[in-house]
Amino acid sequence: MHAAQILVNAVVLGCLYACIAIGFSLVWGVLNVINLIHGSFIVLGAYLAFGLYNALHISPWYSIAVAAPLFFVLGYLLQRLLLNRVITAPVLVTLTMTFGLDLILNNAMIYFFKADYRKLTLTPSLGSVSIFDVVVPVDRLIATVSALALTGLLYLLLRRSRVGRAIVAVRLDRDAAVLMGVDVKSIYAIAFGLGAALAGCAGVLMALIFPISPLTSSGYLGKAFVVCVLGGLGSVSGALAGGLLLALVEGIGSTFFGPAHATTLSFILLIVFLILRPQGLLGRKGFE
Amino acid sequence: MTKSNIALLVLLAVVASLPLFGGAYALRLGTIACMYAIMALSWNVVGGFAGYPSFATAAFFGFGAYTAGVLLNKGLPLWLCVVIAAVTALLIAAVLGAALLRLRGHYFAIASLSLVEVLRELVNNATDLTGGGMGLNIPLGSGSGVLAEAMFFFYAMWILLLLTVLMVMAVAGSKLGFGLACIRQNETASSMVGLNTTLYKSIAFGLSACFVSAAGGVYAAWVHYIDPSDVFDILYSVKPIVMALMGGLGSPLGVACGAFLYLGLEEVVWRNYIQIHTGVLGLIIVLLLLFLPHGLISLRPANLWRRVKHV
Amino acid sequence: MSEILRLENVSRHFSGLQALRDVTLTVNRGEVLGLIGPNGAGKTTLVNTICGVTPANSGKITFDGKDITRIKTYQAARLGLSRTFQIVQPFAEFTALDNVAAAALFSQPGQSLKMAREQAMAHLVYVGLELQANHPAATLTLAMRKRLELAKALAMKPKLLFLDEVNAGLNSAEVERATKLIHELAASGITIVMIEHLMKVVLNVCTRIAVLHNGALIADGAPREVIENPAVVEAYLGQQYAKRNVARG
Repeated sequence: MHAAQILVNAVVLGCLYACIAIGFSLVWGVLNVINLIHGSFIVLGAYLAFGLYNALHISPWYSIAVAAPLFFVLGYLLQRLLLNRVITAPVLVTLTMTFGLDLILNNAMIYFFKADYRKLTLTPSLGSVSIFDVVVPVDRLIATVSALALTGLLYLLLRRSRVGRAIVAVRLDRDAAVLMGVDVKSIYAIAFGLGAALAGCAGVLMALIFPISPLTSSGYLGKAFVVCVLGGLGSVSGALAGGLLLALVEGIGSTFFGPAHATTLSFILLIVFLILRPQGLLGRKGFE
Repeated sequence: MTKSNIALLVLLAVVASLPLFGGAYALRLGTIACMYAIMALSWNVVGGFAGYPSFATAAFFGFGAYTAGVLLNKGLPLWLCVVIAAVTALLIAAVLGAALLRLRGHYFAIASLSLVEVLRELVNNATDLTGGGMGLNIPLGSGSGVLAEAMFFFYAMWILLLLTVLMVMAVAGSKLGFGLACIRQNETASSMVGLNTTLYKSIAFGLSACFVSAAGGVYAAWVHYIDPSDVFDILYSVKPIVMALMGGLGSPLGVACGAFLYLGLEEVVWRNYIQIHTGVLGLIIVLLLLFLPHGLISLRPANLWRRVKHV
Repeated sequence: MSEILRLENVSRHFSGLQALRDVTLTVNRGEVLGLIGPNGAGKTTLVNTICGVTPANSGKITFDGKDITRIKTYQAARLGLSRTFQIVQPFAEFTALDNVAAAALFSQPGQSLKMAREQAMAHLVYVGLELQANHPAATLTLAMRKRLELAKALAMKPKLLFLDEVNAGLNSAEVERATKLIHELAASGITIVMIEHLMKVVLNVCTRIAVLHNGALIADGAPREVIENPAVVEAYLGQQYAKRNVARG
């Protein structure tokens, strides 16, 4: 495989990785909670797309419009009813809490959907485009563009909207935001809802490309970890940078060492970054 | 010796008398109980005493299982394999700890979680040595009969538990334990009074890995077959935390009780709800954190009374 | 008088903000040096830099004949550099006794926990906290916590003691009590560097004063001399006030 193809693959995959990580990064940044349900939310989103397509022939691009509000409500309620009760507790407690919730959701998915791998196959297939020797399947291309669009939407929301500014304010300085009259608990719930919505949408896009199974959730979660740490917590651009770097490292790594070592490499990179540059490539304090 | 330490030793003695009352099933449960208690007590050294939310338990458990498994296949005796697993884990964890424990809070949690992933993937890919994803068969022992073997592994695990308990008691009553408590409360102030925090945290991390790795070694020999997704299961990292939270962070007696109680719950759930047992486990975790965040220790009569008055 | 601490051209910056600029300063054995300056002048940073919390970016620091520029915090503590914090830093769950015992235990080699607790009690008596010895540090009043900080610092058998605003937030009776303690400490031969905003206390206690402004040392000398130095007055009260004062004077 030549360099141009590796690079193009990395860019395509990198945008998807960024999309996987962005909701996770938002929740971590704003709520200071590592949301271990994130991976299962993504898988649930993928099942939603799979179900809608197979039962009602709703194409995945429209499924995004269904997934976003549905997951937002799910996340919002989860935060309001459960997580807000332990949000001030030490790291250990919030982390274990989201782990417990993840066990429940993941087990429920295995129970209802079984653990087998399924694949959403578009009929007719969209084929692929090739420029010179570089080949990209069209469904992958569409997923990438949608992922970028979602990321851009979040950026605009945080930059331009009133609620977005409130989220950034809470992230920067919780206490000051309270003094300015921001209802922190409700901002937490909105941020968590947004994180869930982004996960659900990411799941819909993943369904276009990867096989679907509850067993894949920890893989997605792992990617979200790595992207956040590489890119730096707290920025949309950081997630993009992290996603691209991860995809590039995996691409180059699997070319030289074989695909089996790509994951190992990415986690070693994660640990190295944590130790040497915990703020990541583009880390800073505000979430924009 | 404090009252709670004596109580803990009594509890251990009671566990040791288990073979008098039960057959193979009881021995199997007893072995797992000892293994869980080793994990929870070990985790408590770094998570409870020093206050670092480590998710590395599964990494060291798997490390020990594979170290012993590979060495057993080379024909070394079990005790030697377990000692080697323990000592190498101690050293590796101490070195890793010096680097990883510079991170705090979430960053440390994620780094320790990643350690599990890295080791699992390494084992998965080192097919020549470990059999990779196909798993590793471990030669059967003497062939001295099922019950005798069950007895042997129960006492092997029990002795490891005894050693763990003695280690934890020694740490809790020593300068090391005092220093870890300082680090938990205020790390900056600790170094200001002359405490070498890096050294202390490294020792704590090493000790918390050592016996878990040994237990992994005994486990591998006991079950005769291991594979990466079994022994590097992230649940092995989370269960000790749940046990410690159940019993009450920091108190060795509480943590050991938490481990036994947890096993009891797990067994009941496993038998009755095999299909949804992880979901039920999740539910237990959520309820525990919501309603009993300080563990069973907060249920002491005096505290209950205070709570009643409060209401 | 022999010198115990020497700073040569010490600088420290925090991503763009120059907190210390080429500070050159010596501290002599047995003196009480007052370190003053407006808020944000770099006083606490200077102490942090000497103690290894935020190491110097350039320059050299010598303590008791040893180069300690790159020293770690815990090593500085063991050499006999001890300090109190502007914002008190107790071990909140520990009793007052164990707080002080921790300081005695870790700052000196070969201590046992039992010995450390015995010494700690003596220090608590010295600062007048013996009745609170078994109270958790979190339950003490601010004034008590400040004295606890002092007991911790003393338990480390300091050669050089930094007092970072020990009087901030205290009422006048408490200030008087603290001042008396500082006098006693100085009399016992400990070298003291104190950061202090209350001029009354500075003039009462210090034998020499150094003034920091925007991270640079702008004056260093006998107390009276320094506070009449126009540059110091200007730093504190602004240029206009200084000019007016000079015109009048």
